[in-house]
Amino acid sequence: MDNALWAFGRVSGIISLVLFTGTVLVGVLARSGRPLLVVPRFSVTLIHRNIALLATAFLVLHVGSLLLDSYAKLNVTDVVVPFLGAFRPFWQGLGTVAFDLVLAVVVTSLLRHRIGPRTFRAVHWFTYAMWPIALAHAIGNGTNGTSRWFLLLAAGSAAVVVGALAWRVSANFLETAKTRQGGLL
Amino acid sequence: MSETLHIDWTRCDGRGLCTELLPTLLDRDDWGYPLAKRATNGDRSNVAVRPAHSEAAREAVHLCPKMALSLANQVAGFGQ
Ligand code: HEM
Ligand code: SF4
Repeated sequence: MDNALWAFGRVSGIISLVLFTGTVLVGVLARSGRPLLVVPRFSVTLIHRNIALLATAFLVLHVGSLLLDSYAKLNVTDVVVPFLGAFRPFWQGLGTVAFDLVLAVVVTSLLRHRIGPRTFRAVHWFTYAMWPIALAHAIGNGTNGTSRWFLLLAAGSAAVVVGALAWRVSANFLETAKTRQGGLL
Repeated sequence: MSETLHIDWTRCDGRGLCTELLPTLLDRDDWGYPLAKRATNGDRSNVAVRPAHSEAAREAVHLCPKMALSLANQVAGFGQ
């Protein structure tokens, strides 16, 4: 049973990371205001939210199963307070930091109509910090973290996220960028 | 009685979600901003929403990334 929990903890962590990568990519696309081929803009926004919630669900399963198993030696404090862990405290602490950031981002996102656009946006910027922190946690803390296939997955994910970021800061990022640059012509 | 969808252009960034959801009520200008197809008292930032479009309007209010839309119950014909 313990072994099963431990294995499940690892797999759910990897699934969660892949889904968060997808969340960032679709988030950037939503921010651009562009539809995705035949998928309209409002659906892109909904897809972004739903992948984020799914990723969060796997993250909760990841933390929950490792909390219950005896290999990882996690306790309830480690779930919220970083860098106190028994096993590789630095790398595990990065996971805790990412978890706390995800909680803050998801809660402010779901309540964004109540808290207003400023707070929502300010907290949402932390997603760009959270993703590399989560990736570093996976590589440094995971049993599979330094195996070849995982490093390939990590490198591929990092490449697409960096690509999305480069697009995000480029001049023609917004769907309406060209018209708006053109002034009143 | 009908509902009125109010577009707050100071918040709106012309992302076009609302114009997708309410194509029969809203036009999109070249900069991406939504405009009422039919002005209410000469004002194109207030849109009369009939019950048939009420659901889509609610969705637009919910999904607008800038939270620039609001929906109010209003007696048609009176201003804001
Ligand atoms: C319930 C969960 C979430 C909701 C409802 C939500 C909603 C949104 C919305 C509406 C936008 C577009 C903002 C705009 O157009 O101005 C956005 C952008 C974005 N989201 Fe989320 N989000 C959620 C969770 C997450 C999570 C967990 C992540 C991290 C993995 C994330 C990463 C992003 C990114 C990277 C952007 C683009 C930000 C930018 O460059 O301006 N989101 N999100
Ligand atoms: S959805 Fe919101 S930001 Fe986008 S065009 Fe409509 S009002 Fe403006």
